[in-house]
Amino acid sequence: MMFLSLLVFSPLLGIVLLMFVRKTDERMIQWLGTATTVPPLILALFAFIQSGRGFRLERLDEARDWVRLTDLPFLTDAAYVIRYELGIDGLSLVFIVLTAVLATLAALASMLVKTEKKGYFLWLLALEIGMLGVFSAANFVWFFLFLEVTLVAMFLLVGKWGGFERERAAYSYLLYNGLGSALLLVVIAVLLARTGTANFALLHEMLHNPAAEGQLIAPLTEEGSRWLLGGLLLAFAVKLPAVPFHRWLIRVHVEAPPPVVMLHAGVLLKIAAYGMIRFGVGLFPDEFRSFAGVLALFGVINVLYGALLALRQRELKRVLAYSSVSHMGVVLIGLGALNEAGIQGAVFQSVAHGLISALSFLLVGVLAHRMGTTDINRLGGLTKAMPLFSGYLLTAALALLGLPGLAGFVGEFTSFLGLFQTKPALAAVGALGLIFAAVYSLKAVLDITFGRPRDRREAVMGWREPQASAASLGEPQGGVVDLQGKEAVPAFILVALIVAVGVYPQLLAAPLTAVVKTMMNGLGG
Amino acid sequence: MNDVWQSDWSMMAPEWIVLAAAIALLVIDLALPSDRSRRPLAWGAAAAAALAMIATAAMIPAGSASILHDTFRLDAFAKAFKFILLAGGALALLLVAEWAPKEGSPHRGEFVYMMLFALLGAMMMASSGDLLTLFVSLELLSVSSYILAGLRKTAPASNEAALKYVINGGIATAIMLFGMSYVFGLTGTTNLGGIARRLQETNEPYMLALAFLLLLIGVSFKLATVPFHMWAPDVYEGAPVPATAFFAVVSKTAGFALLLRLLVTIFAAASSEGRDPSSLLLSMQPIITVLAGLTMIIGSVVALRQRSLKRLLAYSGIAHAGYLLAGFAAMSWAMIDSLWMYLLVYTLMNIGAFAIIAHIVNETGSDDLDGLAGLYRHRPFLAAAFGLFLLSLAGIPGTAGFIAKLHIFIGLVVTEPGHYVLAAVMAITTVISYVYYFNLIVQLFFRPTFTAPLGRLPAGLSTAVVLCALGTLAIGWAPGLAYDMLAQFGHFGDFLP
Repeated sequence: MMFLSLLVFSPLLGIVLLMFVRKTDERMIQWLGTATTVPPLILALFAFIQSGRGFRLERLDEARDWVRLTDLPFLTDAAYVIRYELGIDGLSLVFIVLTAVLATLAALASMLVKTEKKGYFLWLLALEIGMLGVFSAANFVWFFLFLEVTLVAMFLLVGKWGGFERERAAYSYLLYNGLGSALLLVVIAVLLARTGTANFALLHEMLHNPAAEGQLIAPLTEEGSRWLLGGLLLAFAVKLPAVPFHRWLIRVHVEAPPPVVMLHAGVLLKIAAYGMIRFGVGLFPDEFRSFAGVLALFGVINVLYGALLALRQRELKRVLAYSSVSHMGVVLIGLGALNEAGIQGAVFQSVAHGLISALSFLLVGVLAHRMGTTDINRLGGLTKAMPLFSGYLLTAALALLGLPGLAGFVGEFTSFLGLFQTKPALAAVGALGLIFAAVYSLKAVLDITFGRPRDRREAVMGWREPQASAASLGEPQGGVVDLQGKEAVPAFILVALIVAVGVYPQLLAAPLTAVVKTMMNGLGG
Repeated sequence: MNDVWQSDWSMMAPEWIVLAAAIALLVIDLALPSDRSRRPLAWGAAAAAALAMIATAAMIPAGSASILHDTFRLDAFAKAFKFILLAGGALALLLVAEWAPKEGSPHRGEFVYMMLFALLGAMMMASSGDLLTLFVSLELLSVSSYILAGLRKTAPASNEAALKYVINGGIATAIMLFGMSYVFGLTGTTNLGGIARRLQETNEPYMLALAFLLLLIGVSFKLATVPFHMWAPDVYEGAPVPATAFFAVVSKTAGFALLLRLLVTIFAAASSEGRDPSSLLLSMQPIITVLAGLTMIIGSVVALRQRSLKRLLAYSGIAHAGYLLAGFAAMSWAMIDSLWMYLLVYTLMNIGAFAIIAHIVNETGSDDLDGLAGLYRHRPFLAAAFGLFLLSLAGIPGTAGFIAKLHIFIGLVVTEPGHYVLAAVMAITTVISYVYYFNLIVQLFFRPTFTAPLGRLPAGLSTAVVLCALGTLAIGWAPGLAYDMLAQFGHFGDFLP
């Protein structure tokens, strides 16, 4: 069965087809680029629905020989064989569906990208392959391989199609994430060298089954395991990002083209959360206990630091960037709680933030395109000219602050619930961040939709034709028009999903329960 | 004397092919009227090297053997490294075919057969079982290389490169010879196997350590590793591009073959202290580790500041030599395997990059990295190929460079205790290297063009680029291709005499 390979590599079809399209035929490129994100979406939804009906996801596992690194006589036959292995469970499936949905919506939102569209879509599709592959890999080497595909694709997408300081943002993305990856590679190499395998299931078996320990090629001490887990967590902390390593995220959020940020905030940051859960909790549950407190502490720092800085920003992209920092802290809090509620909350928060930030950046893209600026000081009173847009923006803000009934609430609530059980004092401090979230998101959005611009000389107001000004983001394009049909559709889909997850969390909880249960068993709790 | 004539000379078939081709081309070059193009000669030489490569590959299944009183060994190690040397030589000769310096290329004939002689020296080095043949073949490689570096006789930079190469190389040779004399003095034999056996009984740790260090210094010059790397950027920059490619790839491979042959064979068995069971090689491990770390750091940090493509690749080559030296320093069972794999991959990606640089230098007369700006707009496939080589040099997955680097990493951490510091240094310098490799990618794909569009790639260069790109991609996505071949060598079990 080739289902997963088909799912991961189906955007390749778009890459091949796009090669034959003329550079200037932008309509065709847009159409083709969007259409080829649909097959993985259909496949992902199909798998999701089937698994909801009780289909066993293990039946999708794929394995093929890829490379035998060595066959020394004293090694067992399976040692140092890296196979091409794909396999998913409920946890991966949730993220795969998120990736596929957001990829299609981001492709739709790419209408606003005008320069070198062909190259842009080639790399956007490559990025999608990388993201789908990361969540489908059943093997550390392939996980890393797909992860680096996203690194290269993001570097090019940010560096070429980004804003004014795009190259700086691209380099800081490359360096921070490259360091994270390098650290991850060292951990992978150690695990591979010591156990002779890179397969997740086999690694799990070797690290936990005393009978299998004899098969280790070189011993792995308890202290060694702790170092490995520390390396893993640090690598993913850079990619999440946890606070001292967050600078790149701000730059990328501000400079990258909005559809790319939809994917970046929506999916790429979640790879770190996924990695921490899958490899941290999954492979080293015993050692994870000793790190849980630190993780929760970092989570609280993230939540407060991000929220406080978001309060001070007067530029919408920066507000959202710091809010991302804050919200990813909730994921750390959930993981640090290290109980069922916490881990489930971390996943919920990942998905919810994925949807909400995608919606926010979809709207930011429209705003930047219409107004030529995302500076809150210069924007105001958009409700009159763009009622639909303002409505969606307000919804996004409400979701961001975690209004019950919307997706954000479930994630935050369960994560904090988890932490209150284990570390109530820390959780109480962290919960302050939720109040700040309400302040910064409402303040920013209400200023734009109802308020009047503070900076009157260069004001861009909804009820007036935008003035020709020396706007830093270029001249306003297309005048002040409300959301068009093609833009409203993705926004509507995202809002529908946010509401669906908020009202009926079981949608996500169902596929997750089994996985989280297994992990809790691993943790011995 | 009789048994010399009865030796199995067919074991030297690849060497005979290269030697015959060199002599034939030399004669043809003399006989050919001076106004006739020498381009077909280079194609002929590349074909000869390819033929020798096939001959080497055909000999792989045969067991190891030696002729000429064990001075010429044909073991798995020799075959494995000769294969890479010949592949690199054949590809570099394709670059010679399209060599077009500003002043015209009147010396292409010399270029072709001198490169074959240098290749012959490198091949003999890989097969040497004796200090004398080792030294003579090293000199054949070196002297030919000095000439190659200076072949643009009217260009001051080329003269300077040749002079620097001769002087530095001469010093290295002298130091190495000095070290060899110690080894000979302690053992009374020049045969590597004989030396190894005698040294097991000798107890002269300090003399031996001195000999080791002298030999290591000599080899370090050849490898261009810190602290004896200073010559490389100047020589790389001044020499004609095909010669630079040859030095970067073939000389480096030969240098590592020398390193393994000489140091491992001789010193693995020698005891370091009278009662200490560990070998001298292992007791020298900390020194090699430090050198590897320094080489990686200096190579990649200094590369950040380079504007000339050739200098940039020289420093990146120093960094790569550091990765290779790290693989050596690990002294795990994966040592020779990982070095072989890395050198094979390095040959492909580096010659590919040099082929494109050769084209840029031919067309624009400069090797400033601005010359790459906007290449994507008018030569998208060339830019894509260059991008591929750069990603591979940076070690990004999906390319051959990743597989090679992963193997070195595994070698570093599989030993007990693992070389985690070295692995960390390698990881960090790899990330530093992202900056300068991606800087070139930025030039290729983001920047507008300043210069006139480049012309079409000539046949020799495009053949080299296509072959290297296919190899880089194939080993990246199906590493089994290279690993199956590696498996044929049986982990070089017959390497130690």
